[in-house]
Amino acid sequence: MTMMKKLLTSAVASALMVGGAQAEISDNTVKIGYLADMSGTYRDLAGPNGLAALNMAIKDFGGKVNGAKIEVVSADDRNSPDTSSSTVRRWVENDKVDLVAGMVASSVSIAVSKILEEHDRLGIISGSAASSITNEHCTPNHIHYVYDTYPLANGTASAVVKEGGKTWYMLTADYAFGHALEGDVTRVVEANGGEVIGAVRHPFPTQDFSSFILQAQASGADVVGLANAGADTTNAITTASEFGVTQSGQTLAALLLFLTDVHALGAETAQGIQLTTGWYWDMNDETREWSDRFMEETGVRPTMVHAGIYSSTMQYLNAVAATGSDDAQTVRQQMMDTPINDMFAKNGKIRVDGRMVHDMYLAEVKTPEESKNEWDLYKILRTIPAEESYRPLSESKCKLVK
Amino acid sequence: MNQPVNSADIHKAIVEQQAAQDRRKMILNGVLLVFLLAAPFMMYPVFLMKILCFSLFAVAFNLLFGFTGLLSFGHAAFLATGGYTTGYLLSNYSGLTTEMGILAGTLASTVLGLGFALLSIRRQGIYFAMVTLALAQLVFFFFVQSPFTGGEDGMHGIPRGELFGLISLDDNMNMYYFVLAVFIGCYLLVQRVVSSPYGQVLKSIKQNEARAVSLGYNVDRYKVLAFVISAALAGLAGSMKSVVFQLASLNDAHWHMSGEVILMTLVGGMGTLLGPVVGATFVVNVEYQLSQGPLRDWVDPILGGIFVLTVLAFRSGIVGELQKFVKKNLG
Repeated sequence: MTMMKKLLTSAVASALMVGGAQAEISDNTVKIGYLADMSGTYRDLAGPNGLAALNMAIKDFGGKVNGAKIEVVSADDRNSPDTSSSTVRRWVENDKVDLVAGMVASSVSIAVSKILEEHDRLGIISGSAASSITNEHCTPNHIHYVYDTYPLANGTASAVVKEGGKTWYMLTADYAFGHALEGDVTRVVEANGGEVIGAVRHPFPTQDFSSFILQAQASGADVVGLANAGADTTNAITTASEFGVTQSGQTLAALLLFLTDVHALGAETAQGIQLTTGWYWDMNDETREWSDRFMEETGVRPTMVHAGIYSSTMQYLNAVAATGSDDAQTVRQQMMDTPINDMFAKNGKIRVDGRMVHDMYLAEVKTPEESKNEWDLYKILRTIPAEESYRPLSESKCKLVK
Repeated sequence: MNQPVNSADIHKAIVEQQAAQDRRKMILNGVLLVFLLAAPFMMYPVFLMKILCFSLFAVAFNLLFGFTGLLSFGHAAFLATGGYTTGYLLSNYSGLTTEMGILAGTLASTVLGLGFALLSIRRQGIYFAMVTLALAQLVFFFFVQSPFTGGEDGMHGIPRGELFGLISLDDNMNMYYFVLAVFIGCYLLVQRVVSSPYGQVLKSIKQNEARAVSLGYNVDRYKVLAFVISAALAGLAGSMKSVVFQLASLNDAHWHMSGEVILMTLVGGMGTLLGPVVGATFVVNVEYQLSQGPLRDWVDPILGGIFVLTVLAFRSGIVGELQKFVKKNLG
């Protein structure tokens, strides 16, 4: 009789469990693999300091989850999808890694997410920009946490148009990423009553932007939109500053720019640029408190990616603790069911396509006079509500959205 | 000491020495083969396949650089063309078996190689390197722009499929032995090419092109053929790589990759058969080991340092230096 009862309860329990996963932590260890660019172009925005943020989260969580120990392994992705994919394959096939975190270059993130899907493990992507990660490349095994290009284009473009920047001139990196961004911006600008009066495409990558910037200046547009990323954006901004673009009354709108980029450029060069960010360290007491601790660890202020890595790791560990399982689907479901309320996001929500949607912020880079110290770089102009920011599910091409 | 020397004796001694050398080579190759067959049981097969693919790439490059003396700075173009072609075909035509896809990728880079060769072969030295680099950059920008490659995101989820429609390559072990078989086949092919009369002409071109011309060889034709074989094998390496990793990315087309294969060949020992294999194994391992450890911020400077050290102090690379050592002390 008791046997029967036991069987019955376990049957009911497992039926309640999503996907019939066992409620246990495999080998009594939660193993997290941190994969990011540790040595190349994207080192600053995630890199070794992202690993520090991850370790901070584990420490703050208590170092153990339901008595199981938490282990971290890390590797340099070398910005190469095949290096990353062999590393991650080894992690999941041999080393029993449960969660892969970090990930910057979109080619890396997509390659890794395919492997995670094949082996049913979980990935939380914090560094990548491409919105395709949760659109045509979505899988039930990853979450895209911090930001993507959709709100960057959407947020910056609609806000800038509303602030009075009616005519736009686009400076676009001549490859798929730049074209997509230009397309998104054009759509948003026109929807808000603005107009794109011209565009110039530059090769990827470009060192010398002077001729492009001169064309942009000559166009007489209110706003020069930079539909590029990384070194291209910073090079364009430096050139624009030398030619006095912002001083002559045009607004520079950068679509993908990190705090570390702005810090490297300095307030003098970058002043007046408008951009969208998912998080800024100096927004409120909570963010400042965390950033101070982060700075003690690393010596720099955190980017939105660092904060996102901390927050998402915390969310993950909470979900593991709540479900008592490290099974990818169980944990992902739990994370989707729990709204995110911490120093990173208020009422953040993970959607079925794996997109974490939360409020974004329109920021403007301060002038050297306004900036009180080297990291005092942004003024937050406006909060862009989550539902206005991200690509609505109705437009999604994700196979999980039905 | 003053015994008269019999020419038959000399001949015999040379034959014996040759036989002893051949025996040594046979034993070495036998040991290597056993090791490669047993390796996936001791090491991670995907990692081994990566080493094999890069080894094949380096072997292909070395045929041109080490044996013909042509420094191509555009070999990434062939690696990428092979990879993208195979990836595109296997992803979009499900009726295609894996080996057909790989064959098509190889063919595409062979044709591309012929085009490159016809345009670049008339120049020598740095000009040849620059022409190949420029052509490879054209190919790179083509891949950046083309929608089918996925641009920066890369091409993903290429199915491994079934070999001859029979053997599932999703199994890492099957995949490994397939890659190993192709690799050994190509290695033997290059060995055959190099030791053939054709290979002798290539070596003579490397040593003294003017003399080869004066001996009546149509040097350009020999060089074009060497270039095409090299491009074909590089494309084959790229095709297999895209099947192994199930992705093809811009990294393969980037000029960094052309530089990396030079590094592999130089470190291993250019102009030796085994050199590029050793070099590729070495470079892939160093990259992997460093990227896991505390020195991961320093991968590129360390590789650069190794390169400088090789060029300054060990001109003939790992295998070349070992050969010299063996010859001096044991031969």
